[in-house]
Formats: sequence, structure tokens, C-alpha cells
Amino acid sequence: MFSSLNIRIGFFLAKRQIRRSSPWTTILIIFVMFFTFLNLVVVSGILVGLIQGAVDAVRTNYTSDVIISSLNNKTYIENSPEVINIIKSIPEVEAFTPRYLDRGTLEANYKTRTNEKDKANTAAASIVGIDPVAENNVTNISKFIVEGEYLAPGDYDQVLIGSFLDKKYLPIDSPGFSTLENIAPGTKIRMSVNGIVREVTIKGIIKAKVDELNMRVFMIDSQFRSMIGRNDYNVAEISIKLKKGADPTVVRDILKQNGVDKIAKVQTYADAQPKFIKDMIDTFALLGNMLSSIGLVVASITIFIVIFINAITRRKFIGILKGIGINESAIEISYILQSFFYAFCGSVIGVIVLYGFLQPFMRVHPIDFTFSDGILVAPFSGTMLRIGLLMITTIIAGFVPARLVVRKNTLDSILGRN
Amino acid sequence: MIEIKNLKKSFIDGESTTEVLKGIDFKAKSGEFIAIMGRSGAGKSTLLYQMSLLDEPTSGEIFINEKNMAPLPIEEKTAFRLSELGYVFQDYALLPELTALENVALPLLMQNFPEKIAYEKAIEHLTLVGLEKRLNNLPGQLSGGEQQRVSIARAIAHEPKILFADEPTANLDNESSRVIMDIFKKLHAEEGQTIIMVTHEVEFSKFAQRIIHLDDGKIVREETN
Repeated sequence: MFSSLNIRIGFFLAKRQIRRSSPWTTILIIFVMFFTFLNLVVVSGILVGLIQGAVDAVRTNYTSDVIISSLNNKTYIENSPEVINIIKSIPEVEAFTPRYLDRGTLEANYKTRTNEKDKANTAAASIVGIDPVAENNVTNISKFIVEGEYLAPGDYDQVLIGSFLDKKYLPIDSPGFSTLENIAPGTKIRMSVNGIVREVTIKGIIKAKVDELNMRVFMIDSQFRSMIGRNDYNVAEISIKLKKGADPTVVRDILKQNGVDKIAKVQTYADAQPKFIKDMIDTFALLGNMLSSIGLVVASITIFIVIFINAITRRKFIGILKGIGINESAIEISYILQSFFYAFCGSVIGVIVLYGFLQPFMRVHPIDFTFSDGILVAPFSGTMLRIGLLMITTIIAGFVPARLVVRKNTLDSILGRN
Repeated sequence: MIEIKNLKKSFIDGESTTEVLKGIDFKAKSGEFIAIMGRSGAGKSTLLYQMSLLDEPTSGEIFINEKNMAPLPIEEKTAFRLSELGYVFQDYALLPELTALENVALPLLMQNFPEKIAYEKAIEHLTLVGLEKRLNNLPGQLSGGEQQRVSIARAIAHEPKILFADEPTANLDNESSRVIMDIFKKLHAEEGQTIIMVTHEVEFSKFAQRIIHLDDGKIVREETN
């Protein structure tokens, strides 16, 4: 079937049929193929991007590239100053931020509570002591301040409150979870950690797409250290940001080689991802592929109909071609090449729009989902695979109707007999 | 050159069978110009379709150059039509998206002629039918007579052994019809082309050497001009 002569004649016919057919019809078919391509790549890309956006946010705004955290049976990393010295000695490290961490309780509206028997407005929270400059260098959390201002190094007795601790941002009321009411920057609240109670002022409220940030209260590290009695400078977490292009696994391994894993958990951002996140990515990818498969079926039906109508309306001419001795295979190849042309053009336009516009645009303007900034995940290899699938499907969808019409009796085709 | 023995063709429509050709025996020598005549429904075109291998007879044999065509598979018949036979259809049967030049060159390209030679031959034959100035026109830009001349150029460009023509002047005015018949006459006289033409016009049948009259699926009379 695919002899060079048949391909040559098929190309001769296909080229002229496309060139001299209605440009609007050609544009319409290419348009359909373009949207089919987008359906194939973008639907699954957004579904995966929905989770990937959350994963990226956790990496960018919480764990950074590598995170060192206390062992499960400890509340702090032993010998933290030595660990920090090791971190400083690694050339790939751009910045790092140590964090003190403990559980505590917040209480608001205590000044307006008239009856001691009334339930206090309290909320449990993770209290984090940070160096605000170092923290911002690594996680850039200052951009998530939705009310008030970010902490400055001398801001003693001032805190940042995560939005999940403010009823205004998380209006739920469940027995196991409570939030603070009527709070805003400038409001004084009581903070209790390890039995030590201190009155602090809310300087700002943080609202991010990372739950860990929304559930926390941030204060200056030196003050928090005094509250929890951590005079040994042992911290609970250290997030490490690497220089551009550095491999987090390499840095993780360097830290392990220096024995840090004996006293703390050393993880890359990927290691620190909970398994359910990885499962969700796989699930959404599967879901995306299922939706894409439907798109692929729709595309193949579209091409089938287009080519079938084309072949049926040109049945007489197909009969003439056979009548004057043109090989059936050459005629079929001409339709295969036409289908290929439509799929190729649709895919090329799709790739240009995808990588030239959609992906960069969504990187800058992610979709604002409630739990993540949804980006478009479209790895080039995956896109090429989908283009390949689209091509194969389209070629089959073009070949089958052409074959059905070409196989009809030559004279019946010429005379228009059924 | 071509010999037909007891050729029959029937069409089945549900339970009814219509016998269109009822046992035709016929011979044509190389270089002959034969006209097949008869009233509408006599079976002229059906006979031409069987002889030109465009259709399968119900029974009987067709020999071209002493080779029995009946047992040939479809692919070989297609290849035979391409190299040995030429067709001029009543409605020109040109491909609308190909120019006059491309319509004529296509069968030559299918015969694996190099593109340059195929186009040179196509130009030569379009010139022969007087269309050297209409090479790059699409069929839709040509008159009926011009389209039929393109059809003739396509049919003869590969120098077929037999040229079949099915009522080639039926859709043309008198002047165009005469031009077409003059081309046939010239092809026969100067090139020695074997031509088998179906026509219902007595005037044009006189261009042929031999006229075969068909009626009710049988040859009823033969005349020689």
C-alpha cells in the first residue's frame, strides 16, 4: 500500500485538494483539531496543575528546597547551631531560616468578657519563632499579609496570625476546632505557651494557599525562645533555599553525610510531600487522561465525519480516479495525508499557543482555586505523546471512511449509483 | 485487438432481474474506429463499460490482445486500464481541484513517469487538442467543449491501445461537438488510434469506419462507412 509511487500520487492529490478546497472549511477543521489538542493537553494539565500548584506553594512558601525538622520523638533538633554551621558551609545554599516551634493557645475578647463562666474565645495554634528577615528571604511570606504589616526585627510583643485562626477567614464552628472572633491588626490577644502567658498585639494576618502558614502564629524568634526557655538555640525546623539550578537531593545527601540525619529528619521538598499528595497527582493525571481520551474519541469522530462527508461528496471523482487507473491505495493515502495535515496544523498551533501563551500566562496569572494557585502542567514529552496519539487517531479516522468509499464499485461511483 | 464472446450483463433489483446485454459477440481490429449506436436503453453504454473493464460482466469473455480479462484481479484491471486504455466520458469527468495540465499529467505520474516528462507529455497533448493557452485553468474555468478536450488529452496522453468514448458530444453544442469529432478523426487518421465510441447521433457515427447497431441488448446490424 505505502509504495513510494502511491505516496507520491497521494501527496499530489492531497496537496491540491487542500489547496483548492474552501479555506473556511480548512480553517474550521484545523480549529477543531486545535481545540482537540488543547482538550487533550490542557484539561489534564490543569487537573494536575491544581495539585502541582499546591505542591509548588508548599515548596516555595514553607519547606523551601530542603527542610530539616525534628525527629518524631523530639520537639527540637539537637545541636542546631552545629547543623546551621554545616548548612552555611554548603556552597549551593542561598538562604535558610531556622524556626522555633511549639503548641500554644490564643485568647481574644478577654477584655470584653463580662462573665467568667462564659466560654472564652480561644484557639489552639502552632506558634513559630522566626527571624523575619531570614524567613522572608527563604519563603517570601510577607506577600501573603492580607491585613496589617509583616514583622520587623524589633517587633516584640507583636505577632502575625494565620487566617485559619481568624473566624472572618474560616467561618466554621466545630467542637474540635475554634477560631478567634473580632480580631484585626492592632487587637491584643493572650498567647499561652508552656504555661507562660503573654499579651501580644496582632501586627498582621497571613492568608496563603499553604495550610501550614494559615494555621500558625509568627513572632520574633528571640522573644519566643525566652517564652519556651530554649536557651540552647535548638530550633524545630530549618528551611533551606538553594541557588538556582542546584539539586536538592545533592544538598540533602551532603547534610546526611555530615550526620545531620542522626539528629533530625533531612528531606527535600519532594520527600516531605505527604503520600496522599503524590496519590492525588496520580489520580488527577489519570482523571485528566480519561477526559482526554473522551476528547480523542470526539476528535476521531469529527475527523471521521469530515473525511466521510468529503469522500462521499467526492465519490464520483474517486470513481473517476479509479476509472482512469489511479491505484486505490494512492487515493486512500491522499485522505490519510489530508487528515494528517489537519491534525498536524491543529497540533502546531496548539503547541505555539500552549507554550507561547497559555503556560507562561498561567504561571503569572494562576487560577485562584481555594486551596491552590492552579498552574498548567504540560511537560513537553507528555505533550509530544499526546500529539502522537492525536495523529494516529486522526490518521485512522481519515483512513477508515476513505477506505469505505474507495472500495465501492468503480462504475457505481462514477454513475452515482447506490 | 479486442474480442467479446457471448457477453451478458444483468442487473438484479430485489427479486427482479433486468438483462441488459443478452449475449454479445464482437471483434475490433487494431486501428479501427467503431461507433456503437442504438436507442436509449439498448445497452450501448453498458457494453462499453464491460469492454473497457469498468464493470464486471455477468458472463462471457473479453479478450484484449488475446488476453482474457475476466480472471484478472481488480488491481491488475486497474493497472491495465491505466497503461492500455483511455476514456472519454460523457460529462468530461475531470477532477475539479486539478488544473487542465494536472488532470492530464496525473495518469502519467501514476505510470511512474518522471514529473518533467509527465508534464511535457501533458502539454504536448493539450496542445494537440488546442488548449495550449488553458494549461493552468481549473475545469470550472473552462467551457464544456474545452473540458471535453482536456478529457480527450488525458485519455490519449499515455498512448493507449484503445480509446473508449461514451457519448462524448452529448453535452456539447454543435460547434464544440464538431471540434471533438474532428479530434477523434485526426487521432484515428494520423495516429492510427483504435477508437470505440458510443453515440446516438447519426451525424457523428459517420466519422467511424464501422457502426454497430444495438437493440434490446443484442447487436442487430453492422454497417461499414
